[in-house]
Amino acid sequence: MFDLIQKLFGKDAACSKDVAKERLRLVLVHDRADTSPQFMEGLKDDMIKVISNYMDINEETMEVRFAHTENSVALIANIPVNHMKRGKRVVKE
Amino acid sequence: MGDVIVITSGKGGVGKTTTTANLGTGFALLGKKVVLVDADIGLRNLDVVMGLENRIVYDLVDVVEGNCRLKQALIRDKRYESLYLLPAAQTRDKNAVNPEQMKVLCNELRQDFDLVIIDCPAGIEQGFKNAIAGADQAIIVTTPEVSAVRDADRIIGLLESEGKHNPKLIINRIRPNMVRKGDMMDIDDIIEILAIDLLGIIPEDDYIIISTNRGEPAVASSVSAASVAYKNIVRRLLGENVPLMKIEDNDGFFSRLKKVFNF
Repeated sequence: MFDLIQKLFGKDAACSKDVAKERLRLVLVHDRADTSPQFMEGLKDDMIKVISNYMDINEETMEVRFAHTENSVALIANIPVNHMKRGKRVVKE
Repeated sequence: MGDVIVITSGKGGVGKTTTTANLGTGFALLGKKVVLVDADIGLRNLDVVMGLENRIVYDLVDVVEGNCRLKQALIRDKRYESLYLLPAAQTRDKNAVNPEQMKVLCNELRQDFDLVIIDCPAGIEQGFKNAIAGADQAIIVTTPEVSAVRDADRIIGLLESEGKHNPKLIINRIRPNMVRKGDMMDIDDIIEILAIDLLGIIPEDDYIIISTNRGEPAVASSVSAASVAYKNIVRRLLGENVPLMKIEDNDGFFSRLKKVFNF
């Protein structure tokens, strides 16, 4: 009954614009990362900088990419660690 | 020295040419000296939308190749003395011109005009690169559809990488009754996704089809909703602070009720 009233007044329970927005959000994660060649490289460089404060990593074999499922996107980083640094090293400017 | 503005979108059919024609005519209505440049070489259409298709002698490629002087290729509008069109070539392709030549052309045009408005072809290839080369500012036209917004996002990225910062957005063909029902993305949804400045919104309007049939841009020949929306955008581009048009819902239950009871 409530559905019927909603429909009468034009408020559909599952708004198709919300579906549109969600699909756009996901597809643009992919598009923006893929179409800007500097994007992934920049991200990788920044990650190396931060992580190197804490451990020595193998930059040659590290891998950073996006993994997609039906309704989410995850950033996957596979970073081989050579060895840990002693304690936390904070780089002072 | 005039400003060079490119109207672009990525996706075809979202209203670039209609927007170019209406903004140009809108500026001319306010006494500005304007030239519209059709950069869609091989698929020219701005001439028919302006109703000037029978007056073309020379075109953009003729100018670039030196077959005629720039002034010979410019067509004066039927109604407005300060409005001109530089038509695209129809029998050539996008590679007939390069970005460097477009820059030179735009700089020559801006000497004589207050505004140079370039109608960019759909796509992201040579034609797009040519169209944006000489522009100071880009206006992106989109519609409230997934495909058009996605392409707009791609164009924003490409403009950025070409050093064209802060493009402005026009959301075209908004259907208020569908927005009300939650079946069309609204202004806030699109701005949230694209994260650029909104220049204006244009409601879906049958009069655009009628005015295109006649070859008379809507801003000049009507007081329809789209016409008012385009006039508002023109004033904003001239630095005026014009509030966003209220999108009227014409076929909703409540608006019909309102009309019946006249409140």
